[in-house]
Amino acid sequence: MSALTNEGMKSDASEASILSDTAFLNDLRRQMVKFATLQLSNSHAAEDAVQEALIGALKNAKSFAGRAALKTWVFAILRNKIADFLRQKKRMVEASSLLREDEEGEDFSELFDKKGFWQSDEKPASWGNPQDSLHQNQFWKVFEICLEGLPGNQARVFMMKEFVELEANEICTAVGITTTNLNVMLHRSRLRLRECLENNWFLKGEHA
Amino acid sequence: MMNCQQATKLISESQERALSLPEKMSLKLHAMMCSGCKNFSLQVPFLSKAMKAYARGQDEEVKD
Repeated sequence: MSALTNEGMKSDASEASILSDTAFLNDLRRQMVKFATLQLSNSHAAEDAVQEALIGALKNAKSFAGRAALKTWVFAILRNKIADFLRQKKRMVEASSLLREDEEGEDFSELFDKKGFWQSDEKPASWGNPQDSLHQNQFWKVFEICLEGLPGNQARVFMMKEFVELEANEICTAVGITTTNLNVMLHRSRLRLRECLENNWFLKGEHA
Repeated sequence: MMNCQQATKLISESQERALSLPEKMSLKLHAMMCSGCKNFSLQVPFLSKAMKAYARGQDEEVKD
């Protein structure tokens, strides 16, 4: 831990140290492949996109003050590559797999009663001032765990919308689903994600 | 009256499209009486914000 911090502080040495830090690069690459594969559901295309993004970013490694900056940059490039790929390729996914999961998940009864009102223990609580959490390391760990807890296709469309920042109609075309379908999946993913954050962060008080 | 399932659906959709005036009105009415949906309507934009902050590299902001 202390070795890492020291390295990070010497900005002139950081360029060399990032590039020779195979553990960091392997971990970064693994995260990128995971993300790209989820988004593209095509492992070849995902590997290609990651490769290009990494090469592009490492060429400019000099201009990065540290690992966090490099990671941000690499993911920004990857996001653009994924967006391009999804916009070009139409309906590259088997729509059927998405639809099936969606039908299975039609049940809202855990959250809402028969009349469609919140079950008493599921009612969203007040999060106070959630912006403060954005500056806390521990929050991002919980956030990542909650994202990973979403069913694959929900995570995929949610991230297409909020991370890759595609428009709703672009997502529908890329994934081969209807707007109604997309809305249902986003509705679900938001309900789930907020519930997870509430239970594991906002009601826990660790952040106070 | 609109129920919570319908209200949260509209709140979610408001991130993808502009709601119509009647939709906005009935949502507003519902949220006035329902703290759960009122809270949900504040949380949904936060999720979007958090996802974007995450994408832009939370590590950096956090480390200061």
